[in-house]
Amino acid sequence: MPEAATGCVAPAGSVLATGGPEPATLAAHRQNGGSTMTARVGKPAPDFEAPAFTNGEFGNIKLSDYRGQWVVLCFYPGDFTFV
Amino acid sequence: MGVQVLAASTDSRFSHKVWQEAELAKMVPGGVPFPLISDATGQIGRAYGVYDEESGVDIRGRFLIDPDGVIQAMEVLTPPVGRNVTELIRQAQAFQHVRETGEVTPAGWQPGKPTLKPGPDLVGRVWESWKPAMAS
Repeated sequence: MPEAATGCVAPAGSVLATGGPEPATLAAHRQNGGSTMTARVGKPAPDFEAPAFTNGEFGNIKLSDYRGQWVVLCFYPGDFTFV
Repeated sequence: MGVQVLAASTDSRFSHKVWQEAELAKMVPGGVPFPLISDATGQIGRAYGVYDEESGVDIRGRFLIDPDGVIQAMEVLTPPVGRNVTELIRQAQAFQHVRETGEVTPAGWQPGKPTLKPGPDLVGRVWESWKPAMAS
């Protein structure tokens, strides 16, 4: 994971355009409601880059850096939630 | 089994750090060994169809992604019910087996159990090798 300066704020995570039939820019992605990048089985997982906390360090995570490995991507409602 | 876990919520990375140190480390010695991703704008959750606009959080969705970056399985739950990791592991093992062998796994398959080899000879004869009791 690349070292990152621990400023008060970091750029929010963003979905990365992957070319092809999908919009070439994030602005285009927003304009059409992001509908072309909705996750589906059998289709490429939308790539993204975002700040993360990993093993005591802050740094950015990019999904496509894990190409070649099996990945389980889990979303959850929030830190300190009960379930 | 070789599966990388990535977890994401709309919390900041600072919140992730404190949660790891104050609570998770008391459940798992040393804390959880995978990245906690900050999806502060919900943009990633939106792309995966799990961002809830009303509450401003990513609901419980999990996506099994193969080495080519293709989604092979997904599950999305509303917040009050937690996940079952056993089924996730079973699915990962089944998809890995399918990728390695080209065989297919019938309902309820577990590692070491019989698989099916699709082809003309199998049509109408699944009943010979697979019984409903094997579904769970």
